[in-house]
Amino acid sequence: MRFRLTDEQRDFGRSLDALLTAADTPAAIRSWGAGDPGRGLALWARLAEAGVFALAVPQAYEGAGAGSVEVAVALTELGRHGVPGPAVETVAASALLTELARRGEADPAERLLPGIASGETVTTLAIPASTATSTSTPSPGAGGTSGTSGTTPGTPSARLRAGAASGTPPPRPGAGGTSASPAPRGFGPRPGRGEAVDSTAYALDADVAGLTLVVAGDELRIARGHGPVRVSADPARRFARPGGGELLAAGPAVVAAAEHAARWAMLATAAQSLGVGLTLLDRTVAYAKQRTQFGTAIGSFQAVKHRLADTLIGLEFARPLLFGAALTFESTDLAAAKVGAGEAAYAAARTALQIHGAVGYTEELDLSLWLRKARPLRDAWGTPSRCRALVLGAS
Amino acid sequence: MDLTHTAQEEDFRAEARAWLRAHVPAEPLPSLETEEGFAAHRAWEAELAADRWSVVSWPERYGGRGADVFRWLVFEEEYYAAGAPGRVSQNGINLLAPTLFDHAAEEQRARVLPSMATGEVVWAQAWSEPEAGSDLAALSSRAVRTPGGWLLYGQKTWSSRAAFADRAFGIFRTDPAADRPHRGLTYLMFDLRAPGVTVRPVGRLDGKPAFAELFLDEVFVPDEDVIGAPGQGWRIAMSTTGNERGLTLRSPGRFLAAAERLVRLWRATGEDRGLRDRVADAVIGARAYQLFTAAGASRFAAGATIGAESSLNKVFWSEYDIALHETALDLLGGEWAESGAGGWSDGEWADGAWAEGFLFSLAGPIYAGTNEIQRDIIAERLLGLPKGRR
Repeated sequence: MRFRLTDEQRDFGRSLDALLTAADTPAAIRSWGAGDPGRGLALWARLAEAGVFALAVPQAYEGAGAGSVEVAVALTELGRHGVPGPAVETVAASALLTELARRGEADPAERLLPGIASGETVTTLAIPASTATSTSTPSPGAGGTSGTSGTTPGTPSARLRAGAASGTPPPRPGAGGTSASPAPRGFGPRPGRGEAVDSTAYALDADVAGLTLVVAGDELRIARGHGPVRVSADPARRFARPGGGELLAAGPAVVAAAEHAARWAMLATAAQSLGVGLTLLDRTVAYAKQRTQFGTAIGSFQAVKHRLADTLIGLEFARPLLFGAALTFESTDLAAAKVGAGEAAYAAARTALQIHGAVGYTEELDLSLWLRKARPLRDAWGTPSRCRALVLGAS
Repeated sequence: MDLTHTAQEEDFRAEARAWLRAHVPAEPLPSLETEEGFAAHRAWEAELAADRWSVVSWPERYGGRGADVFRWLVFEEEYYAAGAPGRVSQNGINLLAPTLFDHAAEEQRARVLPSMATGEVVWAQAWSEPEAGSDLAALSSRAVRTPGGWLLYGQKTWSSRAAFADRAFGIFRTDPAADRPHRGLTYLMFDLRAPGVTVRPVGRLDGKPAFAELFLDEVFVPDEDVIGAPGQGWRIAMSTTGNERGLTLRSPGRFLAAAERLVRLWRATGEDRGLRDRVADAVIGARAYQLFTAAGASRFAAGATIGAESSLNKVFWSEYDIALHETALDLLGGEWAESGAGGWSDGEWADGAWAEGFLFSLAGPIYAGTNEIQRDIIAERLLGLPKGRR
């Protein structure tokens, strides 16, 4: 057992942190929310150069074939810096196409994955709740059975992986029970309140994406256009309901691949949540040290200290859930990580707002860019209620 | 990154499991917080020790197996999964022994540790005083120099199981003129049956008598029972609290087993939809605690020490434990209050065990350093917030 990041994984996270710290991410987030994605896309180009969008793409399709741990590291950093755009959906789309190829439908992967990996194609994905309802599909991608799938275990990434055990779901053949645990279902990103979910799911940032994949029933299509855009409670999370276009594949393989994609989306969303929570805590601690009332820093008051301490506890216990899930890739662990990170980040948002006081309730303070992300991320790609049911093996 | 156990660790697990299956009493022992139960649990310690299972992480020469932290975790998982009895020697094993490993000479270790490993000597902690709880440095019990040793005067309180234990360890003021409260303190061990010691049992919230207050009047302690140098008691004691709150006091195995019992109870009581999320949170919490500990153990194995982050651990498990038991009581409905004795029977917990566990869990946020103190430590040492008035 060596349940810590390798030096390489740590360095990878640090290099992304440095890259994003140097960029002006708050400005990119604000303009993205205003419908001007230029700065954000420039940021995406830098992330693509750093290899972020190649992580979940097998080497056979010009990706890095890195593991789920690397994806978790990267998405945590993206969350910490509030990077706008469909990063979770890009990871999930990569997983979907890879899994489809592993199940014999390789054409879409050959055609689309290289563009996703290079960052040339900003990609988003819609999987409606009405799809992917099976609870009996065995844990996919866990057998290393495919010669084409670089994200399956045992496929090394020379660049990011130090040890054989690093960051890929271990094979658990025939383990039955929990390892063939129910696949998550019902997770497209949820639209804002009051918006009914129709037969077609919402896709995040479909107006910006160059490629929108839509699963409907057992069909996978490339969306034609994106329709009207709705801004959610977080202005930088923009949803559209893309209509179906060119048919890429159909049949049970699509359903299974969509379930597989949803698992990756859970992991990536949990990582992003953790990152959002860490930043909310960091900024609030910094504020509590410098904000003076009653002649002293408010961070010296126990009522403030203890709330921040509880926030740290929540995040520090969510972190091992995230990386544990990245390693085992079992539904129960993925769901636990999703709940743990989502709840901890949302609690961090509540704490951050309360301790900042009125200034925290302003748009102009950059804190708002993270404050408004915590709750939607908690609910995206598997609501807490759904995830808790998964933890208990309920359908 | 890797969460798997080595083949040797799995062999160790199999060996522990087989031994426990053959030895764990079929019927629960009486509560270790009663005189009868204390004796039964002392005998269980001897049974464990006879096959070197009482202190697996200690060196072999003191009765252990020299197990590293990963094998210790494996043992604890098996121990609690087997429904094995509580550990009457836990204060000695978890609090005093780590102090001796860090601060005692070989002679002292060789004198104290083997009888602790067998349960022949059961230890109690004598730290708190009527006027020194969270503010431990305010303690006023004294140790006064006398030829060949020290004489103790004063009062200690809330000493767990001191009503039945043999010896105690604690901190005493040896230099009343020291410039700051936590200077001039000395860490020492004394006999609870020595002349001058009066032990007065105090009934606890759970009705058990094993708590006690200790009145000390001219109690002689030989020099050989001082741990470390006189005057260094605070520093030594604080290194003990790191252990207490860190990896050793509550093993993940305990909560994994409890969460599994809770899920079984939820299923047996009809999978109440309204309580489902809380049952799931117990499962998630146990997994989080297991993985948090695995990460800590991995850092520890790589040479890191347990520092202020052990306070994260303490707040987490103490609140988790209460929430888990509250959920169990809610699953049982209104009848838990009338349920009989607790314990393990026929491979399952009796309902009364949940009630007993609930009452015990309520003490968690108080002992081993109150959660208020832990949150202060987290805020000041991990988050870097300024010190303030408590």
